[in-house]
Amino acid sequence: MRSLLYLFTALGVIALAAWAYRENHLTRQAMNERGALEREIVLLKQSISIQRTEWAYLNRPDRLRDLVDLNFERLRLVPITADHFGEIGTIAYPLPEARSEVVDTIETFGAIEHLMAHLDPQSEDP
Amino acid sequence: MIRTPLRPLARVLRAREVGENPDLIERENRRLRQEAARDQARARAEGRLVVLSLIFVCAFVVLSARMGLLAATEPVAVSPGISEDISSARADILDRHGRVLATNLATHALYAETRRMVAPEQAARELARIFPDIDAERMAARFTDPNRRFIWIRTRLSPEQKQAVRDIGEPGLMFGPREMRVYPNGRMAAHIMGGASFGQQGVRAAEVIGVAGIELFFEDRLRDPQQTDQPLELSIDLTVQATVTEVLEGGKKMLNARGATAVLMDVHTGEVISLVSLPDFDPNNRPAPPTEGEPADSPIFNRAVQGYYELGSVMKTFAVAQALDEGDVRPDTVIDTRGPLTWGRFRIRDFRDYGPELSVKDIMVRSSNIGTARIMREIGAERQQEFLRKLGLLDSMPLELVEAARSRPLLPDRWSDLSVMTISYGHGMSTSPLALAATYSTLVNGGRKVTPTLLKQDQVQAGEQVISEHASDQIRLMLHQVVQEGTASFARIPGYPVGGKTGSADKPNPQGGGYMDEAVLATFASVFPSHAPRYALVVTLDEPTDTTGPEPRRTAGWTAVPVSAEITRRVAPLLGLRPESLSTANASFIQGH
Repeated sequence: MRSLLYLFTALGVIALAAWAYRENHLTRQAMNERGALEREIVLLKQSISIQRTEWAYLNRPDRLRDLVDLNFERLRLVPITADHFGEIGTIAYPLPEARSEVVDTIETFGAIEHLMAHLDPQSEDP
Repeated sequence: MIRTPLRPLARVLRAREVGENPDLIERENRRLRQEAARDQARARAEGRLVVLSLIFVCAFVVLSARMGLLAATEPVAVSPGISEDISSARADILDRHGRVLATNLATHALYAETRRMVAPEQAARELARIFPDIDAERMAARFTDPNRRFIWIRTRLSPEQKQAVRDIGEPGLMFGPREMRVYPNGRMAAHIMGGASFGQQGVRAAEVIGVAGIELFFEDRLRDPQQTDQPLELSIDLTVQATVTEVLEGGKKMLNARGATAVLMDVHTGEVISLVSLPDFDPNNRPAPPTEGEPADSPIFNRAVQGYYELGSVMKTFAVAQALDEGDVRPDTVIDTRGPLTWGRFRIRDFRDYGPELSVKDIMVRSSNIGTARIMREIGAERQQEFLRKLGLLDSMPLELVEAARSRPLLPDRWSDLSVMTISYGHGMSTSPLALAATYSTLVNGGRKVTPTLLKQDQVQAGEQVISEHASDQIRLMLHQVVQEGTASFARIPGYPVGGKTGSADKPNPQGGGYMDEAVLATFASVFPSHAPRYALVVTLDEPTDTTGPEPRRTAGWTAVPVSAEITRRVAPLLGLRPESLSTANASFIQGH
C-alpha cells in the first residue's frame, strides 16, 4: 500500500515537472512574441505619426491658401463671408410630381435587374 | 542539568524495608524520563512545523499579492522612444478641431566613435561634401585626436542625409534614434507653441524639452508617461488663427506698423480662439533672444501677452462701466466737458472740442478725456483700484504660457488724484491686449469675470459677478453706439453688428520724459455680435500710419478699426455665426431696455 503511494507521488512529481517545463517554455515564447509585437507597435505608431505629420504639413493653412490661389481659374474658391449664407425661405419646395420622374430617369449599366430583384420583394411573387 | 538517578538509594532502601521490588522504582523513573524526552521532541517538531507553515504562508501571500497587482494594474501601452531612462516621448498638441499643432517625428542623430573608424580623413571629406557647413580639415583633426573617442556630429538628419552618410560606408559613423518636435504649420501660432529643443542626450534617445510658450508651461503634463498618448487639446482654431494672421499681416504691411497683435476670445468660456503677434517666427527653428536693440521688437516677443502698454481710450469703458454699475451715473446723465481740465500743472484736453457738456453715452461715443476724467474724479482712487483689481488688471493676466506670468502691468507709484483721472482714459497704467480682451469679455457677457485660457473648455466659466447684468447691458449698447455713431465707423460691416471702443495712445518716449509726437499705439477692442456678444476681439497696431489721405492719419479709427473689421468679416462666418441685419440688433437692444 505504502509503495503504491510512493509510486503515485513520484509519478505526480514527474508529471508536474513536465508541466512546469512546458509552461516555462510557453511563457518564454509568449514573451518573445510580445517583444516582437511591441516592436511592431512602435514601428506602426511611428509610421502613423509620420503620416499624421505629413498630412498636417500638407494641409497647413499657408499651402492650402497657395493652392486655392493657383487653382482659382478652375475652382473659384473665395473666403466665406456673410453673403454666402442663404435664407431658408428662398429654397423652393420640391414639386409634387417630381418624385415619379426621378425614378424613371435613372440610367443604369449592367446587372441592375439582379439587384432590383433583391430590393423589391414583390418581384419574386409571380 | 541535574539528572535524577534511576534507582535513588533512599527510595530503594525504604522499599526493601517494606518488601517491595526496587525494580519497580527504576521502571517508574525510566518511564518519566522517556515521557519528558518525548514531550521535548514533540515541542521541537511543532515549532518547526509552525516555522515551515509560516514560510509557506508568506510565500503564498507574496505570490498572490503579485498576481493581484498584475491583474489590477493598467496595461502599459508601448510607446516609441523609451530607453536608457531617458524618455523622449512627448504628447501631441492639437487645435480645438483636432488638427495637429505640434507632434513628434522619428529621426536620427549622427555621431562618431573614433576608435572604430577605418579611414577618418576620407570620412571627414565625405561629411563635408554632405554638410556644407562642416570643415573637412577640422573634422579630420577631431577624428584623429587620440583623446577623443566620441563625437556628436549632427543632432538631426533628414532621411536623405542619413542615406548619404550611410553610403560613405565608414563603420565608425553611427546613428542614434531621436524624436524631433515638429510644428507642421510653421509660423502659425508660433507664440503659443514657443518651441522645443533637446535636453539630456544619450546614444539611444534624447529628451525633448519645451523652451517657451505652452510647451514649457505644460512640460510635466506633456512628458508624463501616463499621458503621452493623450494629446493636449487647445482652444485655438487653426483656420481662424490662419485668417487672423493673414489679415493682420496685410494690415501691418499696408499701415507700415512696427508690430501688430490680435486676440480673439470667447466671452463666455474665456477660450482664446486666436492669438497672433507680429512679427513672428518659426517655432521649428526658434531664434535666439536678441542681445541688442529693444527686446519688444524681437520676433520672439509675444506682444499680446507680454506687451503691457498704455492703451489709451479703450480703458474709458472701464471707467464708464464702474460709474454705471455703482450707480454714480446713468447713460443720459450730463457731464461738464469744458476744457481744458487743469489739475496742478497738468492739463487734460480732448482730441477736439466737444462743447460744454455731453451725456455719458456721448462721452463714450466721442471719446472725451475730460468727461471720463470728471466721472472718475467723483469715484476716487480707492474705489477705482478696487474695481480694477476685481477685473484683474492690477496683476498679470494668467494664461497657460510661461511668458504670461513674467510680465506685469506698470502701475503708478502713488495713486494720486491725477493718476485716477489719467488712468480713466488709459494713460499712467499699462494693460496687455490679452488682459483687455478678457476684461471686455467680462464687461459684456453679463458681468461675470472671465479668465482667459488656451485649453479647450466644455462649459461656461462661472466667474465672480463683477458688474451687474443691467450695467453690462448698458455697456453693450454704448459699444454698439460707438460703432454706429462714433469713432469706430469703419467697423460697420454687413451681416455682423459690432460694438467696440477705439484707443490711440501716444507712445512714451524711450529716452524718458513725456510722450512721442508721431508714434501712436492704435487699439480697437470690439465684441460681436454687439447685441448678444459671443466673441471679443482686440487688435493693436504699433505705430501705424494711414497714408491714403492727404495727410498721414494715425488714430485707431483709421488704422486698427479697418483691420479689426476685416478680421471680423472673415472670421465670423468661420466661427459659425449666422449673419444678422443691423435692424435685428437694434430691435434686440430696444427690447432689452
